[in-house]
Amino acid sequence: MENLLNLAAEDTDRTDGILKVTGGAKYSAEYQIPGITYGVLVPSTIAKGKINSLDTKAAENAPGVIKVLSHLNVNNSVPRYAKDQALIIDRNINKVFYNDQILFAGQPIAMVIADTYERAVYAASLIKAVYQKAPHQTNLELNIANAVAPNPNAKDYVRNQIDAYKDAEVFIEAEYDQPNHIHNPMELGSIIAHWEGDGLTVYDKTQGVFSSQRHYASLYEIDSKKVRVIAPHVGGAFGMALHSWPYQDATVIAAKITNRPVKTMLTRIQMFTMVGYRPETKQFVGIGASKEGILQGITHKAWAVTSSFDNFTEGTVRPSQFMYKCPNVNTIYRLVKMDVSNPIWMRGPGEATGMYALECAMDELAYKLNMDPIELRLKNYAVINPENELPWSSKFLDECYEIGAKKIGWSNRNPKPASMKENGMLVGYGVGSGVFNAGRSSATARATLDETGKLTIQSAASDIGPGTGIMMKKVAMDSFQTEGKEVFVELGDTNLPPAPTQGGSNTTSTVGSAVYDACTALKEKMVQVYHQFIVTDGQQHAYENFTFKNGAIILGGKSTSYTDLIKKAGLKELTVTRESKAGNERQKYAFNSFAVHFVKLHIHPFTGMVKVVQVVSAVDAGKIISEKQARSQMIGGVVGGIGMALTEEGIYDHRFGVYANNNFADYHVPVHADIPPIDILFVNKPDPYINPIGAKGLGEVSIIGLAPAIANAVFHATGKRVRDLPITLDKITVWES
Amino acid sequence: MINFDYIRMGSISSAVKALDKFPDAKIIAGGSNLIDLMKRNVMAPTKLIDINPLPLKYIHTTKQGVQIGALALNSQAADHELIKTKYPLLSMAINAGASAQLRNMATFGGNMMQRTRCSYFYDTTMPCNKREPNSGCSALTGINRMHGIFGTSDVCIAVNPSDMNVALVALDAKVILKSAKKERTIAFADFHKLAGDSPQLDNHLQKNEMITDIIIPENQFYNNSYYLKVRDRHSYAFALISVAAGLEMDGQNIKKVRLAMGGVAHKPWRLYDAENFLQGKTASLQNFEEAAKIAMKGAKSYGHNDFKLALAPSSIVEALLKASHLS
Repeated sequence: MENLLNLAAEDTDRTDGILKVTGGAKYSAEYQIPGITYGVLVPSTIAKGKINSLDTKAAENAPGVIKVLSHLNVNNSVPRYAKDQALIIDRNINKVFYNDQILFAGQPIAMVIADTYERAVYAASLIKAVYQKAPHQTNLELNIANAVAPNPNAKDYVRNQIDAYKDAEVFIEAEYDQPNHIHNPMELGSIIAHWEGDGLTVYDKTQGVFSSQRHYASLYEIDSKKVRVIAPHVGGAFGMALHSWPYQDATVIAAKITNRPVKTMLTRIQMFTMVGYRPETKQFVGIGASKEGILQGITHKAWAVTSSFDNFTEGTVRPSQFMYKCPNVNTIYRLVKMDVSNPIWMRGPGEATGMYALECAMDELAYKLNMDPIELRLKNYAVINPENELPWSSKFLDECYEIGAKKIGWSNRNPKPASMKENGMLVGYGVGSGVFNAGRSSATARATLDETGKLTIQSAASDIGPGTGIMMKKVAMDSFQTEGKEVFVELGDTNLPPAPTQGGSNTTSTVGSAVYDACTALKEKMVQVYHQFIVTDGQQHAYENFTFKNGAIILGGKSTSYTDLIKKAGLKELTVTRESKAGNERQKYAFNSFAVHFVKLHIHPFTGMVKVVQVVSAVDAGKIISEKQARSQMIGGVVGGIGMALTEEGIYDHRFGVYANNNFADYHVPVHADIPPIDILFVNKPDPYINPIGAKGLGEVSIIGLAPAIANAVFHATGKRVRDLPITLDKITVWES
Repeated sequence: MINFDYIRMGSISSAVKALDKFPDAKIIAGGSNLIDLMKRNVMAPTKLIDINPLPLKYIHTTKQGVQIGALALNSQAADHELIKTKYPLLSMAINAGASAQLRNMATFGGNMMQRTRCSYFYDTTMPCNKREPNSGCSALTGINRMHGIFGTSDVCIAVNPSDMNVALVALDAKVILKSAKKERTIAFADFHKLAGDSPQLDNHLQKNEMITDIIIPENQFYNNSYYLKVRDRHSYAFALISVAAGLEMDGQNIKKVRLAMGGVAHKPWRLYDAENFLQGKTASLQNFEEAAKIAMKGAKSYGHNDFKLALAPSSIVEALLKASHLS
């Protein structure tokens, strides 16, 4: 695909940029529906047990209250619940208000629907639950003995010899702990549900309008076509909106029962237990090499928290199976089921956790070998994927090490721990690598050229922040070699051609390819029309002989504007819809995106306060479609990684089984003043096999490997290995006083 | 949040009269803490007395030093030329607290009345003696990383969260309190109290009184002041430890010294013994370390906050080094 030269600045801006910064972008809670009512949830205050009694009378009698929903009146009103009493609750089947059982603290036990939000909040405070408590478990350490395999068929991975690292000349063994990271995008979980007859319209915070559509339709066992889901703007999601949660089902049910439109928006506190989190995970890594630094064996084990009702599973140990060339690898992944709310994917899911352990262990091994950490990685660089023995479709990870190291000034680093100082601060440099699957699934896009020359691109993809709109537009602009002012994009609506759920760094590869294919098909159609109405000599010209540029179709020096083409054909518009998906290349190659994160930080020698002063992230994500948005997305991942490494932690008070820091005063996410200058370097070489546009995706690798880079930099600055995140100053304890 | 009455007062006399009449009413100024507490049902006043129209927004010099009205904004003081040049410790402390948005709303009186950030105090599903006397202290054996190490009681180990208060106690500030019947002036150090057996009370303000003024006596600490705030996040976070240090130097000799800490006690914690030790001594690392050791006498930790026993003296030394320009 050709690049466009000399693009105007606005041509690379987000399609929703001005709307977002002027308040014009409507998020799901912001639609004005006549007669709207407000749902407010009541969370359980115990972690396990049952509701002995629920007194809703005062709430029902409170001013403005329309209805109070709970297990006392919902159960059989929902067709799917009624049909299958034995239905098992998991992350796909919420069964909200289904029975009197309490499975975790913060579980919704009732919902008040009132005519104003304030009245609903007040009435919700009047609901009194009497519980019969049962002993609960929320402590991972204490429950590891009860860990289970993720499913009955799950097999531990073994390549050649188990625990071969122990026989290596040099090896390390270490445990790494990572706490729960709570989903807290800026936009809270929010939804409006509106039934009209047997049709349902949902304004939803979702990463996939079609998966939401199927979900709500299944609740009421109606045809999916009866459900329209609208989500053109999503204020961040990071994985929390990959499926529908109890608050969303409760709202759909409330709207049905009250026969009114109902809006629910979670509170920040409710976000801590109602929309998932990156699960607390304990890991063990044993890794060994020859004296020369040639890896002999890797053993990687992980124990991850999940709820009592769902076997939520991540690819935490998977990168260890193929990241490095290593003859012997074995991995074990176990779940620790406890009385907690359900975890869910969070940016760089699994891999971010697993690579935290593996990349810290690589650093520890490098120090034990007295070898540069980058040299150790390059010595064990895999050219063929060692897990499936396929060649990579493209892999420029080595180039990432090179350009990143140069940018951060890696060669100025004195490798000796606690050896560098700057302005009275201890200085640390660290590196960590990231890897994630470069996927491609199936999507459909429609390209429509109208008689005014306006090109409209449509596909139902969500844009949870990365700039999917401008990505779609940019592919179309490149395809038609045109500037942006004639190109328009529509997304985030089930009335549009289907696209997959946005997640797993898939969207650019999948939807971008569909846009590309639809644009190509539209150009082919234009050539057909050209032959019918412009060239009337009956001669056939090959498609390749046509040029499309700046609103005109050009053949042999003859330029015909799109407007003329369509008018001469006597049409209003030309439109094509194309489905686009991966082929058998997926069997021939291994597909991955790669990143390397370099960090420079300062540590105050008296207080242990850590300040990241520079981040350089070099990324191989194939062709970069929109550099401005790709850079923004990388920056977002880096910021998330800084939080993961230094501040973020959902802290349970195990006595009560509840979070002790369920608010933004106590749960620290990095904000502007915590973020250093971030340099993003793109290799920007198209992947020749993945898809027609050569793009691999980078939403996940933006965070994967960042936390270990910081942990390794903390070691370099201080000589202290902190192996449990977040690395708070009390764990560093280097105070010189 | 429950329904509440709201009245707006135009004069100090009408405000204190209203307080007399409605002893359970709460004064609201910036509201940056009270509204949060009301939203979470931690505080549920049935009446709010809005004092924003009162003429208490001034910052001016007097014979004694500087007089600050209770409604002066935190940002107003932090950016005030007089405060920046003559009382930089206060300016530094205020700017170390909260975010710019909050400092633009928060008033002096309101900041003094700011309640603890103990998460058990905020979460009404868990026991807390400060919120609900005799219900128990969840922090004693719970998550107590942020909690106190000085003057704690066995019913409450919460800390005062303010940075401004730490500077004011170090600077020997005074507070004017007014009721319908009388006006009294007390030392800032005597305004807040330890938890003792009445953790529900943060201070000695009577129900019928309001804060009208803060007075800071003139001092010569402005060349050698430093506010060190140690926290989990650089941008903004409540202090794990903070140290306010003001020195009056004669060459390398310490003529006068004021030291106080935040994040360690139920009230801003003045380090009198350490001050006495340093008075008349040379500014040196060795003396600062000795002073820090003295300051730590009687400290007691509760598990998660054990690190404060080492971090606090280290922070005292760092603040003194910075204030004396030794580092």
